[in-house]
Amino acid sequence: MANMLGTELCLGLPGGGGGNEVDSSPRTTGKRGFSDTVDLKLNLRAKETDMDLNKNLDNGSEEKPVSAKDPAKPPAKAQMVGWPPVRSYRKNFMANKSTGEESEKASSVAFVKVSMDGAPYLRKVDLKMYKSYQELSDALAKMFSSFTMSNYGSQGMIDFMNESKLMDLLNSSDYVPSYEDKDGDWMLVGDVPWQMFVDSCKRLRIMKGLEAIGLAPRAMEKCKSRA
Amino acid sequence: MVVRVAMRDGNRRISSEMGTDVDIKKDRRRHLLSDTLSLSFSLIRHTMADQMSDDDESRQSPQSDLDFTSNKARNCIATGSVSGHPEFRLPYPDQVLENVLENVLHFLPSRRDRNAASLVCKSWYRVEALTRSELFIGNCYAVSPTRATSRFPRARALHLKGKPRFADFNLMPPDWGAHFNPWLLSFAKAFPWLEKVYLKRMSVTNDDLATMAESFSGFKDLVLVCCDGFGTSGLAIFVSKCRELRVLDLIESEVADDETDWISCFPECESQLESLIFDCVESPINFEALEKLVARSPSLKKLKLNRHVSIGQLYQLMVQAPQVTHLGTGSFSPLEVDMQDDQEPDYVTAFADCKSLVCLSGFREIVPDYLPAVYPICANLTSLNFSYANITAEQLKPIISNCHKLQVFWVLDSIRDEGLQAVAATCKELRELRVFPVDAREDSDGLVSEVGLQAISEDCRKLQSILYFCQRMTNAAVIAMSKNCPDLAVFRLCIMGRHRPDHVTGEPMDDGFGAIVKNCKKLTRLAVSGLLTDKAFEYIGRYGKLVSTLSVAFAGDSDMGLKYVLEGCPQLKKLEIRDSPFGDAALCSGLHHYYNMRFLWMSSCRVTRQGCQQIACAMARLVVEVIRSADEEDMDDCVETLYMYRSLVGPRNDAPKIVTIL
Repeated sequence: MANMLGTELCLGLPGGGGGNEVDSSPRTTGKRGFSDTVDLKLNLRAKETDMDLNKNLDNGSEEKPVSAKDPAKPPAKAQMVGWPPVRSYRKNFMANKSTGEESEKASSVAFVKVSMDGAPYLRKVDLKMYKSYQELSDALAKMFSSFTMSNYGSQGMIDFMNESKLMDLLNSSDYVPSYEDKDGDWMLVGDVPWQMFVDSCKRLRIMKGLEAIGLAPRAMEKCKSRA
Repeated sequence: MVVRVAMRDGNRRISSEMGTDVDIKKDRRRHLLSDTLSLSFSLIRHTMADQMSDDDESRQSPQSDLDFTSNKARNCIATGSVSGHPEFRLPYPDQVLENVLENVLHFLPSRRDRNAASLVCKSWYRVEALTRSELFIGNCYAVSPTRATSRFPRARALHLKGKPRFADFNLMPPDWGAHFNPWLLSFAKAFPWLEKVYLKRMSVTNDDLATMAESFSGFKDLVLVCCDGFGTSGLAIFVSKCRELRVLDLIESEVADDETDWISCFPECESQLESLIFDCVESPINFEALEKLVARSPSLKKLKLNRHVSIGQLYQLMVQAPQVTHLGTGSFSPLEVDMQDDQEPDYVTAFADCKSLVCLSGFREIVPDYLPAVYPICANLTSLNFSYANITAEQLKPIISNCHKLQVFWVLDSIRDEGLQAVAATCKELRELRVFPVDAREDSDGLVSEVGLQAISEDCRKLQSILYFCQRMTNAAVIAMSKNCPDLAVFRLCIMGRHRPDHVTGEPMDDGFGAIVKNCKKLTRLAVSGLLTDKAFEYIGRYGKLVSTLSVAFAGDSDMGLKYVLEGCPQLKKLEIRDSPFGDAALCSGLHHYYNMRFLWMSSCRVTRQGCQQIACAMARLVVEVIRSADEEDMDDCVETLYMYRSLVGPRNDAPKIVTIL
């Protein structure tokens, strides 16, 4: 449980102007799990309750509930826990559907699954919570404690300019993160600027360096094309 | 159904003259049946006693073509002619009685009847226990697994329920309990021949699934409703080892995505699958493997796909299995790839070929353009579930106008009152209606109102069950429904905005619900909402004599409300209350009744710890659980959640820290 808490994504409400959305728009804005984050108990407590926390973990999302101190939520409009009595599956289903209909790319969350070879379960991260590869790397390291990402360059990117360095990395038994992009291709993490990565990454897989060699040719191509 | 009750001693049939005819179906009241039998027995005993004194020498037993064995169930006992007199040893009367009973009791599937029968005397208790094949346990903590296995040694099926319903709405800590494991271990030892397991709101792990598959070689049916704790890896092991699997139904359960291709794990040979329901499984499946599975399952009647199955894939499956009776369509939308083809499959014909299709659901990501494909089978449908399809009245009308036989209809309020009017216009046979909200928030726009409810009540006179989410309602419409629909057994109205009065008169909703309990003589389940005073509860207590399940939220003024109900409703079994001003005095007024109930739930009410403690002390066979909210050291005395239930076992030992058992 402590582990999960350590990787909890922080507060940032989806959409930035989260508070406004509660009051103005009658429909769910479609930000995933938004209504979940607004759930507060009527007798407002100073800190989040475990119940709220557990509720949000219900569907595998790792958002933190909004603290009762959040000034954007006037208590009168706060949603009660478990009211109306619609099962979370159904509630989230409708909320997620609106996301799809409105705009996918304008979504301010980017959840991707993270799997690590050898780990018995998957995790999810919201890429938009991080600003650089280094931050992502740190977060992943905490999640999968045996995983350490090796040398990232000054910009936090794998030094793709240097072929031999790259080969060293891939020949080691260290773990290396790879990702599946929009086109369905598997790439090594770190070869494109951070923002581009966030926009195109669909899922992450942390594999042993030796196994990632198959991805290297693409990386090599990118090296060459850049050179 | 006339049954010849013949007497037998071991394998020998005694003279048919001593048999008696009993019309099982005619006597709907089972106590009359037992009276009849008792009467017959006493006659038979009497006759036998005479005979025993007459017989001097043993005779040959007759050869009867149509002997019955004592363990066969369900078929009418056929009697053949008897030639000559039988021989018999001197049986003691009880044994004869038990043999007869055993055969007769096979005709009693209803557990309530069986419970009654088992109370007649020790002999009946014994025989009933031997012949019960399906065990129903409404609260997994009310009785221990060993007790169940020792009383019913021949059980073949287990039906087990765990958490109370409010757990569905996140009102319970996720690790609260209801673990299947102890039951599984007990049953694995006692009943290796177990065939069927039905679980509702239980926690099942992957290991449990593996254990089930290994322990029960002839396992046939697994149904998991609102369960959690397992994932696709557990499913994979389960399906690979259960070679005789007939039914795998995962309904509204949370299935973790362990990234395992469980569909491929079904054995390669021809399968006995009759039902495969996995629409709640959120992870993608291996479609190729699914297609092959369907192709080798000739008995498949029920197939409900998840949202990762596209309409093109649905087509391929329907072509393989036109014999389906229950179909969940999956996403009902095309993959991008599908759409690029010039030739789309002939969906209309695919549906038309499913001549036995009576129950249709799915539509998880519906593209309404494809709805016309469904036209050919509308006329046959008895059940239609559009509750995941955000469609308008206009999109609904062409479908629903053909659904003359529809009995069960689940839908989203996106169809609005106009859509409900269209339903009312056609579906005269409607028995069950559920209207779910697209936007399930307190302050959302209501899309349906009293107008829709009124329309339904006027035209769907056979309605038995309704669940209706709305934001605006009037007493008048509810009263109208109480008069128009005399068969109503389930009335669940959820006005989503709390404390909302009749929006036309400004009055509380007391009179509406009052009319329901008064006029609907068959009402057994009631859920109330809107602005309600103690008066509403007075009505419920006075008129709701058959009410067995009652859900209350944000209602009532004082302890009197709860008192009315506890004192007035003799059939009350399940009472769930949240955020209502009922306190200790009200709680104590139910002491006379709590042993008759399965459970009482009260959260965010005014009961205190002392009040709960009093109850716990007064009633030894009641388990009184107090669940704190996560904030430790609650300063005030008020209990956040009280959950109490009758139990033969006493306090459980698997409760998390957050639960205190008084």
